[in-house]
Parts: sequence; structure tokens; C-alpha cells
Amino acid sequence: MQLPRDQERKQLAARTLVVGPITLIVAISGFLLLKNNPMSQILTTLFAILWGTFTVLALFYTMNLIVQLFPIQKYNKIIPFVFVGPAILIIGWYLLIPTVRSLVLSFMNRSSTSFAGLANYKYIFTDATMRTAFGNTVLWLLFGTAFSVFFGLLTALMAERSAIEKLGKTLVFLPMAISMVGAGVIWKFMYAYKPLGANQTGLLNAIMVGLGGNPQNWLGSAPMNNFFLIVIFVWLQTGFSLVVLSAALKGVSDEIKEAARIDGAKEFTILMRIVLPSIYGSIVTVSTTIMLAALKSFDIVYSMTNGLYGTEVLASQQYKQMFKFLDYGRGSAIAVVILLAVSPVIYYNLKEFNKREVF
Amino acid sequence: MKTQVKMTRGAKIITALLILFCLVWTIPTAGILITSFRDSDATASSGWWTAFLTPKDFTLGNYDEVLGGQRYTVGTGSGGTAARRGASMGSAFLSSITVTLPSVIIPIFIAAAAAYAFAWMSFPGRRILFGMVIALLVVPLQISLIPILRDYQKIGLNGTYLGIWLAHSGFGLPLATYILFNYISTIPRSILESAFIDGANHFTMFARLIIPLSVPALASFAIFQFIWVWNDLLVALVFLSGGGQLMEVVTVRLMNMAGTRGSDWHLLTAGAFVSMILPLTVFLSLQKYFVKGLLAGSVKG
Repeated sequence: MQLPRDQERKQLAARTLVVGPITLIVAISGFLLLKNNPMSQILTTLFAILWGTFTVLALFYTMNLIVQLFPIQKYNKIIPFVFVGPAILIIGWYLLIPTVRSLVLSFMNRSSTSFAGLANYKYIFTDATMRTAFGNTVLWLLFGTAFSVFFGLLTALMAERSAIEKLGKTLVFLPMAISMVGAGVIWKFMYAYKPLGANQTGLLNAIMVGLGGNPQNWLGSAPMNNFFLIVIFVWLQTGFSLVVLSAALKGVSDEIKEAARIDGAKEFTILMRIVLPSIYGSIVTVSTTIMLAALKSFDIVYSMTNGLYGTEVLASQQYKQMFKFLDYGRGSAIAVVILLAVSPVIYYNLKEFNKREVF
Repeated sequence: MKTQVKMTRGAKIITALLILFCLVWTIPTAGILITSFRDSDATASSGWWTAFLTPKDFTLGNYDEVLGGQRYTVGTGSGGTAARRGASMGSAFLSSITVTLPSVIIPIFIAAAAAYAFAWMSFPGRRILFGMVIALLVVPLQISLIPILRDYQKIGLNGTYLGIWLAHSGFGLPLATYILFNYISTIPRSILESAFIDGANHFTMFARLIIPLSVPALASFAIFQFIWVWNDLLVALVFLSGGGQLMEVVTVRLMNMAGTRGSDWHLLTAGAFVSMILPLTVFLSLQKYFVKGLLAGSVKG
């Protein structure tokens, strides 16, 4: 960390006087321009990319010029905050403070004008629809996670031993790139239903009829329709579990497996006694990640059934309370409940972080 | 286990089973891809798996209608009629690009700077601030929607592109900082020390050394964030709904199509495919980086 001498400091000051105002002008005028949105879409995009990149870099540069004007001890004290400050400010505004504010809102009435005590929480734990939502969310957590992890592990094990490892993995992984809404359309088409006698256009019902059965309205009746929605989630998430578990399997020592084989152990025994225990950590990570996704997933239900026919989950109810019924109290209370549900993971992450002696 | 000259019988059976599994996994997507090229009568009256029996029913018309907007005629004031086109997937596609690219670019440098400071500078509050980033990694973003929406309504950012870029940047920053910290903190100390001895200050160090060295991690996050933002429905519904139909992104448009034209499968499948084509391309061509991003601990609110 070099000490700027007097001469250099003068140069720095001059540069700051030029760069600083330009940066400020570009940043503010760009902000106002984008806020008012007068340009065509393509221009807006181009402008936004240039403006965003320039502003972020130029602000950093200017701030660095300014702090370099300070004596070295001051410089060393200030410079970390120049680097860490923007991220902390944005995270604070978008995540930290909103958490506190939502907590407060959850104890207020629907329009947040007066204190409502525990009324919102009483509602979400007693209302019939909410009870369905809780029950369904548990189904999502249990079956969505279990099947995603199971299929991921199964395909990871198969891919390792097959002749088409790369292609196989890519095909199973592919749905990860598809939005939940897109997946919703794909599966709505699979589930398409027409009365008996008409030509079925949905593959599942065509198979049903082909086997001599009756066509089913898969998404129409609870509780089975929840499972047909969970199928979509599993279809999307299996690729994630495949990729992570496959990487973990590559780390299992071949020597130990070979030694077990020489001792006459069967493949299944090796799997249960050696392979699975050594990738246990990865299985836990994958399960947790998928559980978090299941807990927060709102898109599938919202675009497939809109929560009708007994398919409501917590996340879709939360959206409806907030933006359809405009009940900010109840909406916030459900968000707080979702937050409480993920808090063990937050606690675990923090504990792991404290164990690491990086500082 | 590489395939040698001859595969064992076990390997053959496993390969066959895996092919079967992949077929089951791919058929739903194949179904909509084929349907998107069939005309409306064929789609409504027969299953897509029979498409190759009637090859004359294939058409590009669905894409024309979906990309350009549905054609309809309206009466004009003077008694004549005029051709109009409705809301299209084409404009939604542009809107998605407008939303996504800045939402990927803006958080990258901010996160990289923070990650560098957390990894290599000592300052008061470092542990607590980094702990905050870690804790907020998995906070469900549902918790932020109402408070941020209120702020936006106050300062006029609701229904603007700027508002949604900042929102996506904010929601992506903890993950970005975390991934980049894991990477930047493993850069050997000796490299940084020799640069400091040569008289570099933190800014030149960051711009000349840290950023170029971190390109793989930056790419991982960029691809992850790209796919995440492109496929997002919730944030777009909440912060862009005030902007009217022109600002709708592909997920929102597709959802509206499914709601209003739920039985027009020839259009819906073409629309779904338009919404998927870009993330699929990015994913297939840059899969390596995406996987790295996933493995780096990609739990996101």
C-alpha cells in the first residue's frame, strides 16, 4: 500500500475533481432516464448494460481516488468499507431490513394501520385453506425431496457404470434450465384430459385408454393431484441431485471398494456399507437444498392449478394473501412462518461458518 | 469406468436402464417441441406421437403467431376493419433480455469487491458482516416482497426495469459474495504479497489481479444468475406488473397464455419453447460452469 507523495497527491486530487463529477452526473442522469423509461426496449437494454457497468466501476474508481487522498493510516481504515460497503448497503436494503419489517407487519392488520396482535398467526394456523396449504407443503417437502434425491442417486450410480455417462447426465439435468412455468406447460400437456371416446392428446391418458382404462382428470381431485404436481418438481430437481451426488461419488476411494471386492463383498453390500456412508454429507446437502426449494416453490402450483382443487401450498397462499387479497398482515405472517421453517438451515450455516478459522 | 473394447453384461443392462430413464425424462419436452410445429387441427384431434404419420400437418405458423402476436381484426372508427396483432412472445422475449442481462452484470462487480475485502482485508465488523451474508443466503425472498414494493411505490421504481434489476441484484448478492469469497480466498497469499511489494494499492490489485484470476468463478455465478433470473416468475410478477403488458417477461406471458388460451396447445407449446430456448442454449454450451456454480453451494432465496 503505497504512500502517495505530495506531487502524486496533487495529481490524484486533480483526477478526482475530473472523474468524480462525471461519474456522479452519469450515474444520476442514467438513473433518472431509466426510471422514466422513455426509450425503446432494445435501446433501454443496451443503455442499461452500459450504464450499469460504467456506474458500478466508476463509483469504485472514484471512491478509491478519494480515499487515496487521505494519509496512509486513514486510507487503510477506510478502504475496506469502500469495497464491502455497496454490497452491504444493497443486501441490507433488500434482505436484512425487510426481514425485520415483515416481522413487524405480521403483527399489524391487513393494511398495516393498526396493531393486530396475534390475529394473523391465529388465522394462518386455524383457517381451513391454510390447513390444506400446510398439509400439502409437508407432502411437497417429504415426497418432492425423497424422490428427487432417490432418482438423482439412482441415475448417478447408473451413469457411473454405463456407456453413456455424459449424455445420460445431460438429459436428466436438462430440465434444470427450464422455468417452473415452462415445466408447468410441458406437464399440463402430458396430463391433458379428454372424455372417453375422444382422441386423447395427453400422453398419460392415451396410455390409460390404450391399456383399456378410463381417462383421468389428473389435476382435478385431491389429494392425488398434489402428487401429480410434485412429479413436475421431481422432474426439475432430479438433475440437481444427480450432478451433486455424481461429483461426490467420484470422490469415493476406488481402493477401498476394490479391497472389499477382493474380500468377497457383493456390489450391494459395498454400496450400503462403503459408498453411501462416504457420500452421506452430500446427500444431506442435496436434501436440504431441495427441501428449501420445495418450501418456497410457488410457480408450479400458481401456474398449474392456481391453488384450486385442494392444491394450495404455503408459498402460493402467501402470494395470494399479499397480492390478490391485499392482506399484508396475513401475507407477512406466512412469510415469517416460511422463514422460521428455514431458520435451522441458517443456524447450521452460521455454525459451520464460525467453525472455519479463515480470519 | 471407461468402456473398454467389450462391455460386461452388467454394464450393458445398466446402460439400457439408463437409456430408458432418460427417455422417460425427455419425452415430456419432446412432446411440446413436436407439437409446437403441428397445426391447430392436428394438435387438437390427435396425439403428438402420431405426428410423423401425417407429415403434411407440420407448420411454422405457430411460431409466427406466438412471436408476432395473434392476428385479429378490429373495426375502425370509419366503418372499415384493420388488422392488429395482440401481445406477443416476441416482445416478452426482448423484455426478458432487458431484465436479465443487467441483473446479472450489476451484482457481479459489487459482489467481487465485497468478496475481496472479506477475504483479504481486516476491518472491524468483518465477521459479523460476513455472518450476515451467510445467514441471508437462504432467507426466502418472499419476506422482502411487501417492504420493497412499498419503498418502490414511494420512490417511483415500481413497474420499472431499474427496479427489477436492483431487486434481482439484491437477492443475488449473498450467493454471489459467497461463491466469489470461496474462490478469491483460495488465491495464494504470495501472489498478493508480491503485488503489494511492487507498490500496488487495493484498487489496482482488485482490477488487475483479482478480477482476471476470478473469471471462472465470475462465469459460474453469471450463468447461474442468468438462468435463475430468466426463469423467475415471482419477482417479475411483483415488481413489473405495474409496468403494463409491454414489460411482461416470458414467464409471465407464458403463464397468462396458459390461463387465457389453455386449450390452444399448438400456441402454448410454441410459447413454452420460445421461453426455454435461451436458457437451454446457455445451459448446454456452458454446462461446465453452471455445474461448478451449483457445486459451490447454490442455495438461493
